[in-house]
Amino acid sequence: MKDSIYRSHILICTGTGCVSSGSKKIKHELQDELADKNLLDEIKIVETGCHGFCEKGPILVIYPEGVFYCQVKQEDVTEIVDEHLLKGRVVERLLFKEPSTEKSIPSYTDIDFYKKQHRIALSNCGKINPESIEEYIANNGYEAAGKALTEMTPEEIIEEVKSSGLRGRGGGGFPTGLKWQFASDSESDKKYVICNADEGDPGAFMDRSILEGDPHKIIEGMIIAGYAIGADEGYVYVRAEYPLAIERLKKAINDAEELGLLGTDIFGSGFNFELHIKKGAGAFVCGEETALMASIEGRRGMPNPRPPYPATKGLWGKPTNINNVETLANIPYIINEGSEMFSSIGTKNSKGTKVFALTGKIKNTGLVEVPMGTTLREVVFDIGGGLTEDKKYKAIQTGGPSGGCIPEDYLDLPIDYDSLIEVGAMMGSGGMVVMDESTCMVDVARFFLTFTQSESCGKCTPCREGTKRMLEILNRICEGEGKQGDIELLEELGEHIKETSLCGLGQTAPNPVLSTIQYFRNEYEAHIYDKKCPAGSCQELASAYKINFDTCVACGQCVKVCPVDAISKGDGKYYIIDEAVCISCGACEKKCPVDAISQG
Amino acid sequence: MKSLEELRDLRKKVEKDIAVRKGLNKPKIIIGMGTCGIAAGARDILKTVMEEIDKRDLDLEVTQTGCIGMCEKEPLMDVQLPGKDRITYGNLSKDDVRKIIVNHIINGKVVNDLVIARLEE
Repeated sequence: MKDSIYRSHILICTGTGCVSSGSKKIKHELQDELADKNLLDEIKIVETGCHGFCEKGPILVIYPEGVFYCQVKQEDVTEIVDEHLLKGRVVERLLFKEPSTEKSIPSYTDIDFYKKQHRIALSNCGKINPESIEEYIANNGYEAAGKALTEMTPEEIIEEVKSSGLRGRGGGGFPTGLKWQFASDSESDKKYVICNADEGDPGAFMDRSILEGDPHKIIEGMIIAGYAIGADEGYVYVRAEYPLAIERLKKAINDAEELGLLGTDIFGSGFNFELHIKKGAGAFVCGEETALMASIEGRRGMPNPRPPYPATKGLWGKPTNINNVETLANIPYIINEGSEMFSSIGTKNSKGTKVFALTGKIKNTGLVEVPMGTTLREVVFDIGGGLTEDKKYKAIQTGGPSGGCIPEDYLDLPIDYDSLIEVGAMMGSGGMVVMDESTCMVDVARFFLTFTQSESCGKCTPCREGTKRMLEILNRICEGEGKQGDIELLEELGEHIKETSLCGLGQTAPNPVLSTIQYFRNEYEAHIYDKKCPAGSCQELASAYKINFDTCVACGQCVKVCPVDAISKGDGKYYIIDEAVCISCGACEKKCPVDAISQG
Repeated sequence: MKSLEELRDLRKKVEKDIAVRKGLNKPKIIIGMGTCGIAAGARDILKTVMEEIDKRDLDLEVTQTGCIGMCEKEPLMDVQLPGKDRITYGNLSKDDVRKIIVNHIINGKVVNDLVIARLEE
């Protein structure tokens, strides 16, 4: 760190999303450019974590103005330095354009995507350098841990967390304070705290973003949890597929140790706490707490029946408290701002905010943190900017492979743990996939079941065999071989698997199937009885394409893209598709310059 | 870390490093950094401003602007306190800058003999 301060900070996102779209190269280019123009001692380049708007990456935010540049390319760097940093003129063309109004928005905080968000867990992400403990401390970091350890008793902390109403953000939604109470009540000479960072839902990346963008917040949350339940050792269980998260967390732990924020006699309170990282091999089932602990102990990652719960008999048989990353990220806020402040956000039984990974057929995708009780409509249309190509909304899938699909009728549903379960979906870890009219719901169910089926650990029969059989039926339906009774059989199997599986994986695996049957039964019926896929997405059921002879200009482009050579020249003036050969892939329809090709 | 005070002391030290990213309702200094400004020594003016901010622990927003057409009066520096008129100072030396920071920014008194323009809020 140099002695004098900088007049301007360029924050460049180096989360996994922006790095893969080239932010490291931009950083180097910037560094060279600033060096060239002799600006290195005036302007500081800061690498930050994820802003959540990865789709628009690489993202650059320039302070003091707070101007938000998106999709920046290497060749834009000179212009940014010359115009913005030297002459104080905003580079209009790199600003974010609101999809609804086409207007360029200079400031971060005025973009619709961010306006409706309320960031607690993600408060520092994209705003500080995750590799600098100083920046975390400057942003009020470790204040909560200091306050907890020196001014509060463990009982007071547990009481505070209880009355905040915080519930587990990993999916289950169990009250966090109560969980801490159980672990605290268990008497033992040794206890553990575990942070579950085995994020496995396809498409969900909030835990990774928090670890990459604000690792100290998790460490602070764990120190407080450890002190509250009387544990002096903790593990962060993080999947090995998150190398950047692991690297930053490692550095954060080292820095915290160096400053004495981890180790012995922290804040002079007499409390000791040490933290380890355990890398998981990426099995989905290891997100289940008993399987996770087995994996830390070096055994095969398979769940065990509960009780005994981890709070009484957990890691190496000792009382253990396991919280999800996002849950822990809320703890410093609760201690600093108080439980009342926290519980003033949200709904009756779901307090605070929730981070969602918003994706699918939607204009703005990314990580969004909204207060509980925000409606699906607000998330999809205000923050998400509506559907791409202004297609018709069909459903939103929440909760990943454990969740369900919610149709249009429930767009005004306030999102919280209980309301989602009522409509047959669930919060899960916060995946949200928006689907439009071209998405086949049977195929969606098949997609998620394929995932859970291959991730099933095989220990209990209902999950191992049941999901396999369900998947076979779904495959059959999608391939046009569905038969009468399939829907009923899926429902029956699904209910049995839910009731009899050993762990959460199996208990929730049928949800995507059951909820799509509940709301989109007609699509299943169309597949089975009419041998048609209404969305036109199941290839085996799609009808062949035809060329309208009146419109065809005989340019021949369709011939070139057809992968099965189904198209040939007709009477000289137009082309013809051989229906027997056509596999309905749609490649010709997309290529046709005069829209002469259509299905059926 | 042996006490909460120790943490707070450290925070005080590191806080000003990220102050530039916080809040927009701060006193603002705008420095003319067009070719004319730079040729007339705007970079030294800017450096002096940064030194003073550091030395006096000030919380300011420092930004820059291009040529505004008064090239002969460069280096130019504007000061705007929240809700107040934007004052343009011209023909500045490093000492002038120090004077403006003490009188105008810290004590709220415009340094009249250096003012060349006034933009109403």
